[in-house]
Amino acid sequence: MKNNINIDIALTHIFTRKKQTFVAALGVTIGVGIYLFMNSLDKGFSRYSMDEIFKNNAHIKIYKNDEISKPLTTEDSSSLRVIINPQITTLSKKIINPEALLATVKSQSFVTNAIAQVNFDAFYNRGKAQIKGSGNGVNMTEYAQMFNTNKYMVAGKTEALQGNLNGIIIGSGISEKLNLGLNDNITVTSSFGVVKVMKIVGIFTTGSSMNDNAKSYVNISTAQQFIKEGPAFVSTLFINTLDANNPEPFVQKLQQLTSYTVEDWKTTNADVLAGNKTREAMMGAISMAILIVAGFGIYNILSSTIMQKINDIAILKATGFNGSDVVKIFVLEAIIMGAIGTMMGLIFGSVLIGIMSNVYMGGPVGYFPIGFELPLFIRSFVLGMVITICAGYFPARKAAKVDPVEIFRK
Amino acid sequence: MNTMMQKSPIGGKRAIVLSTNGIGKYFFDPVKFKALDDVSFEAYEGEFLTLVGKSGSGKSTLLYCLSTMDTAYEGDIYIKGEKITGKKSDELAAIRNENIGFVFQFHYLLPEFSCLKNVMIPARKLGKYSYDEIESRAYEKLKMLGLQEQALKPASKLSGGQQQRVAIARALINNPAILMGDEPTGNLDSKNSAIVFDIFKEIAHEFGQTIIAVTHDNDFAKASDRTIELADGRIVNLDKSDF
Repeated sequence: MKNNINIDIALTHIFTRKKQTFVAALGVTIGVGIYLFMNSLDKGFSRYSMDEIFKNNAHIKIYKNDEISKPLTTEDSSSLRVIINPQITTLSKKIINPEALLATVKSQSFVTNAIAQVNFDAFYNRGKAQIKGSGNGVNMTEYAQMFNTNKYMVAGKTEALQGNLNGIIIGSGISEKLNLGLNDNITVTSSFGVVKVMKIVGIFTTGSSMNDNAKSYVNISTAQQFIKEGPAFVSTLFINTLDANNPEPFVQKLQQLTSYTVEDWKTTNADVLAGNKTREAMMGAISMAILIVAGFGIYNILSSTIMQKINDIAILKATGFNGSDVVKIFVLEAIIMGAIGTMMGLIFGSVLIGIMSNVYMGGPVGYFPIGFELPLFIRSFVLGMVITICAGYFPARKAAKVDPVEIFRK
Repeated sequence: MNTMMQKSPIGGKRAIVLSTNGIGKYFFDPVKFKALDDVSFEAYEGEFLTLVGKSGSGKSTLLYCLSTMDTAYEGDIYIKGEKITGKKSDELAAIRNENIGFVFQFHYLLPEFSCLKNVMIPARKLGKYSYDEIESRAYEKLKMLGLQEQALKPASKLSGGQQQRVAIARALINNPAILMGDEPTGNLDSKNSAIVFDIFKEIAHEFGQTIIAVTHDNDFAKASDRTIELADGRIVNLDKSDF
């Protein structure tokens, strides 16, 4: 430090008061550590719930929405008045010419994957026992790729359904309730009265009873038979895009291609997202408050340092240091304390994250969903530094305003 | 500026380093009170000037106005012909840094720094020379004041007289035109006072630097080149000789 006297003075203050520096830094350590930890918890949990959503939802889906009948009246108020009774007029949920639409969608540059699905209401029977549920006719290989279904298979394989028109993959809940295992036969009836005896080639469990107790997968053509439709019938298109978090512009582009309803996952899961946001705001506010308290620690210690060093400040000002030099000296001290504290805080937060990630929560969650997120480390570092600089600036400005004459005349 | 040249007490025409024109100052606490009233005088290059007066006569108040640290006064102050009244605080800080050295009753050394580093501080602020050059200059100043042995000791480990000499070395490091002292011997015993006095005299007469010192020590004032006496905020004697 041969060049700048301000830096030299600040460093000398820091090094000759190691204990105070350490205590001030410790406050920041705890603040930054807890901030990092809480936000990592939140981020991990958000990611987990996002994964839960994407188990069943593609980024965007295209389907035919119900249409409501419209009255055939003119806008002119003087004309004949008609009493109307709006009703759903949809005769079929069919998407016309799905092959062409699927091909167009797939040709879009932002689409990473797109598949067709045929839905039908299904009743799973064994003897007198019956479970109501929903069947999904899909190309299983593509579907498994999109929704990570392989991860949830507890018996059999998704590949077993490929080309096996008589095969079915059922949820673990159905399997338990009907006491049916792999390679057993199951009777499936559709709402259109079609009855088929199918062979169980796979069982999955997702952890969500809504899925496990109701859902099953069959081939598209099998599903089309269940609803007595031809091979051109498709009820939904699922589309994955490049950016899951920002599907809105893609929705707009896709909507220009088709008259069917294009809906992103955010619209479908608005309630879950609102819950996530609330939690984020709560965690953010609490952890921010802790960080600000740490800032006050720095403020306090620097204020008392300045009171003790008031003679030094007076003589520096007398010998030609101006206000901004004094501000620089003390803000630099705050920055050093803050940097030490923030670094230790990042380590402290990492340790907490490490411990938490080894806590087993049980159930479908498994180990606590928490991880090391680089953006959060950067944010914690920046916030820690900004708060310490602010906390240092105010006492430093007070120091800069010290009137040396007042000190010397005492 | 006031170009009038006066005869100095020891004769010869010399340049005016500092001059004041009608300095007035009020204190408002606890009641409005005129601390300085129409103070005008000049100080010359190489002059050892002392300000005396009873407690409350305004001598210290005047010194702090001259020091550029107190800016709430009436009238004008010129340093080396430049009007400093009305300048911004940053400009005044730069003027102090380059032209004025201070010695107070208390030494005001930074306790964490060695003597050498304390002396170097104003020069490093000035930034005119390299670190190494400043270091050797500071060492020279300490040597001149007989402190070369103490150079690397922390300032807090020295005796009172030594500390005051380090403070003088710090005041001299930038070779200022003016050295101002507020009771510079106030805390010292007679032996150390004599040492400080000799140093001041040497500075003024051999290096041509002007010294303006406030004192209540009559022996100290008597031995200086010229003594200005104040009473009730006015100059009552521009060259006091009766002690």
